[in-house]
Amino acid sequence: MSFSFDETNITKIEQLQKRYPSPKALTLPLLWMVQEQEGFISLEAMEVISKYTTRPAMEIYKTATFYTMFNLSRVGEHHIQICKTLSCALCGKEDILAYIKKTLDIEVGETTKDGKFTLTQVECLGSCGTAPMMQINQTNYESLTIERVEKILEELQ
Amino acid sequence: MSDTTLQETRIVSQKFRIPNSHTLATALEHGAYSTLSTALFRPASDITTAVQESGLRGKGGGGALAGEKWLLMPTDDSRPSYLVVNCDESEPGTFKDRQIISKDPHLLIEGMILTSYAIGANDAYIYIRGEYQGFEKILQDAIDEAYSSGFLGKGLANTDFDLDITIHRGAGAYICGEKSALLESLEGKRGHPRLKPKNKEPEWYFGNPTLVNNVETIATVPYIVQNGALAYSKYGTQESAGTLLFAMSGHIKNAGVYEVAFGTPMLEYINHFGGGIRGDKKLKAVIPGGSSTPVLTADEVANATLDYETLRSLGSSLGTGGMIVMDEDTNMVEALKNLLEFYHHESCGQCTPCREGTGWSDTIVAKILRKEATSQDIDKLLGIADIMNGKTICVFAPAVSGVITSFISKFREEFEIDSTPKIENKMETK
Repeated sequence: MSFSFDETNITKIEQLQKRYPSPKALTLPLLWMVQEQEGFISLEAMEVISKYTTRPAMEIYKTATFYTMFNLSRVGEHHIQICKTLSCALCGKEDILAYIKKTLDIEVGETTKDGKFTLTQVECLGSCGTAPMMQINQTNYESLTIERVEKILEELQ
Repeated sequence: MSDTTLQETRIVSQKFRIPNSHTLATALEHGAYSTLSTALFRPASDITTAVQESGLRGKGGGGALAGEKWLLMPTDDSRPSYLVVNCDESEPGTFKDRQIISKDPHLLIEGMILTSYAIGANDAYIYIRGEYQGFEKILQDAIDEAYSSGFLGKGLANTDFDLDITIHRGAGAYICGEKSALLESLEGKRGHPRLKPKNKEPEWYFGNPTLVNNVETIATVPYIVQNGALAYSKYGTQESAGTLLFAMSGHIKNAGVYEVAFGTPMLEYINHFGGGIRGDKKLKAVIPGGSSTPVLTADEVANATLDYETLRSLGSSLGTGGMIVMDEDTNMVEALKNLLEFYHHESCGQCTPCREGTGWSDTIVAKILRKEATSQDIDKLLGIADIMNGKTICVFAPAVSGVITSFISKFREEFEIDSTPKIENKMETK
């Protein structure tokens, strides 16, 4: 399996290169680009990033494995991330989680058989004022109730 | 209660309730970028002096005097200077910076132009947490609009000053909110905090002098430049000048963000803006400034005012001003467990007391919750907290230490109830 950036991303990279004093700074932006293009970050993609950033591939791997949002393997089409930190916990996160687990018939960290949903619990997403909340891919769903979650899941099915 | 007079002091949040205030057209109607035509034609040091005299303190949690930090930037250095805005808002209980970037992004951009001019930077970065992609889009659109209208780029606003702003997205690491970890991340590396220098000096980005400030701090600069230092320092208290976007979450009727002057009574703030405790229950405790600040009991809350000096005198800290409110039914052992899971997950792993201490204390509190612990375990927990205090590169572990100590010293009876009193009892039941 090989990896290469698509045309749009190559143009973006050329623009970004002008913005930083060192190509090393491109590491995080390029990891994001790979993930957005491919859905996850493969070792082959890290080799490519290594060339752009003039860093050894091992350094790219070191960085990629530090940050929880970088997926090093494929996730479901809809990645449900439930905030588990204090304000959400105080406002009923546990009920929301139990409902989703039951409805999708998966545990935390699992993906549904059809590959549609992956369920994870994450730390504070900065929406404490509208707790409980979850993020599905890039979209925030805040002030959740069981009824709202039911509708959201139906729409994504 | 005399809370009828309590009012917001809207300095940073003045455009928050105006529809479409995130667009350039609306922002311009309400005075955005009006400081540039005068400030950028005057000496750069005028801005620094105004910020210094205003008493503005960093609004990201540390509360360092902004002016002092700015003065650390060299004025005659051949290396380029950089401005980095910290928008890695990840402290549990804190959700204020997202209000600025989604409701008034042009205020932040204007603040960044003024600050960059003051420190002589032509490149500025906004380090935003990866989970804020929805807000990032609004901010990027605002930056694009500012470029196309000549407020950014070469010779911005008809001056000879150049500035590029680049958004740099993090990827889910709480520690990157610590400024030196943030810079490591901005250099493409793991977010490991750096050793602190012996004497005060600027931060360094690829070896170049760099200023790191929080979003709200930078968004306060246009007001100070426009109205003068005194117009800002007349709000607040002696040590805590001005205002802060305080926030409330947890067991509160109306959670949200409201900007008030420092020195506002905490309980009045909670009752007035928050509408009191959910289900009209009694207040039990408040974590005053994001989860890393020691918890306050209801009695302490009754006497607290929202400023650095008062919260410090109560053995806690103002932090980010994000209050987590807990009612009488809250199980404090479970609450501490929740926070320890967070800290265990987010420790960067560089220093042993932090990497091991967060996990170890989490394990012990889990044992307490399973009713398998003894009183010795509670003492062990306090011992671990002591080991974590003051022995690491950054303040992450000392903060966790303060949280553990405050929970146990103020709610020890709950920890005792959840523990079996004697080892012998446990052995008999086996």
